[in-house]
Amino acid sequence: MSQPALINRYRWYELVGIYAGIFVFLTFILAPFVEGFLVSLKPLGLLFSSPYRFWPENGSFAAYFTMWESVPGFARYIFNSFFISTIVTAIVLVLVIPAAYAFARFNFRGAGVLLGAFLAVNMFSGAVLLIPLFRLMRTFGVLNTYLAMIVPGVAFLIPSAIWLLRTYMMRIPRELDEAAFVDGASHFYTLRRVILPIAMPGITVVAITTFIGAYAQQFIYALTFNSKSEYMPLPVGLFAYFGRQEVVWNELMAASFVGIAPAVVVIFLLQRYLVSGLTAGAVKQ
Amino acid sequence: MSVQRSTVIFAWILLLPAVLYVTVIVAYPLVDTFILSFTDASLKKTTNWVGWTNYDKIFNETFAEVIFRTFIWTFFSVSIKMIIGVFGATMLNAAVPGRALFRLLTMPPWIVPMAIGIFMWGWMYNGQFGMISGVLQNMGLSNGPIAFLARGETAFWATIITDVWIGVPLVTLYMLAAMQAIPQDLYEAAWTDGAGRFYRFRRITLPLLVPSLITMSMLSLIATFNSFDIIWILTQGGPNGETTTMIIDTYRTAIGSKKYGEGAARAVLICIFLSIFCFAYFRVTSRLSQGEQK
Repeated sequence: MSQPALINRYRWYELVGIYAGIFVFLTFILAPFVEGFLVSLKPLGLLFSSPYRFWPENGSFAAYFTMWESVPGFARYIFNSFFISTIVTAIVLVLVIPAAYAFARFNFRGAGVLLGAFLAVNMFSGAVLLIPLFRLMRTFGVLNTYLAMIVPGVAFLIPSAIWLLRTYMMRIPRELDEAAFVDGASHFYTLRRVILPIAMPGITVVAITTFIGAYAQQFIYALTFNSKSEYMPLPVGLFAYFGRQEVVWNELMAASFVGIAPAVVVIFLLQRYLVSGLTAGAVKQ
Repeated sequence: MSVQRSTVIFAWILLLPAVLYVTVIVAYPLVDTFILSFTDASLKKTTNWVGWTNYDKIFNETFAEVIFRTFIWTFFSVSIKMIIGVFGATMLNAAVPGRALFRLLTMPPWIVPMAIGIFMWGWMYNGQFGMISGVLQNMGLSNGPIAFLARGETAFWATIITDVWIGVPLVTLYMLAAMQAIPQDLYEAAWTDGAGRFYRFRRITLPLLVPSLITMSMLSLIATFNSFDIIWILTQGGPNGETTTMIIDTYRTAIGSKKYGEGAARAVLICIFLSIFCFAYFRVTSRLSQGEQK
């Protein structure tokens, strides 16, 4: 690394201030994870004793083994979470890639209004549309199946996916499309053979953020539209466990950490794409 | 057929699947909510048109309190998110060793399934044995255990803090991106003129962040107003309904008590509020961009 520019030189007290600030900030962000992890190591007897002790004395990973018996469906819940998120991501991509291309390239009447309408979908996520969606799922006959969680999940991930991918595609030089067109390629051929390969990094980012969104937000629809435990995703499966009178906290925390491990691995592998992807749509170039 | 027209048709073909999907899964239910709100729909086989009855009922109950609480809850949550987010972004924007790692460590609350983060907070707030109560007692700041979720006032703030915690990563990374988009030569020019770090922050960074701040506040406002998981998992709207926001109340009425009609009327009110926010947002941003052009 080259020497930092003179403007970025900090005096010692400025450095202390910055690191102190970062420390306070990250303490707030990470405290629940640290505490949760330590709880998963503590035996129940130590957990339920006063005064409070931060470090797990004679801690062990026992909870990570016993939880498989206490939460019998655990492996199934993780599988369900992955399964639902994967299908949701696939459907979102199929719907969003052509739509984003249309918004990025073609000036047709009503484009602005339509894009605004897509973004407005974000307003109605959550419980607002729960009642008619419940009736709709009942009409489709998909209550208590995977589809009851997949179908609404897709709808609310479409807007930000369109927005992100549109921003990315707008940066692809228009000359490429025109060159293909002059050579006699059809619109569809141009999209498939010229745009798709170039847009692959952008599509990857959208796929990752959509997957994370789908994995993170499996709660309200899964809670309301599905009551069969064999289809429950992880958050709802664990919620049943969390809601008991006597919560076995160390096992719950152990289960939580095993459940989030895949997501954490994904962050570390793909962090480079994530930050750039997240911010690409955010700031005008 | 002209090239122009074939292009337009192609554009619509590309859009059709997404448009259809959103129409069936979002637009139709939206209309349905509106219609349902004028009926007595429930588990019964028959559904009758009841006019404004559901709305009358809402305003005869303690609903004004729920609306007021929702606004206070949202206001504090969004404001605190913005303050911590800008603070975090400023710190992470500093050119110090380790910043790549620090940025990465900001993400977990956003990336982990929401419900699981909330379980962890559930333990933190545990009165007898949880961390916050424990640390306060060990430091001598509290004489006895504090059951944060069992008392109205503390439960209210506890749910806000958890909501802030989940929202902060996105706000921080967004503000960080906005800060990095500010042209470096502005800072260099000010620096050459002898402007100090705080002066540069106050006179360059903050003013140029305003549009991003407004956008992020808006996005955050919508998400927070709709926030369901946190309150439902931590308190289910209790104790004594002191954390019951409009969304929680809607869920209780519609899904808990199966009064679809009355629930729908509540949902319509939420939609109206959200539309007002959006309208205000577009007014403000269009003013801002007009101001820039002058």
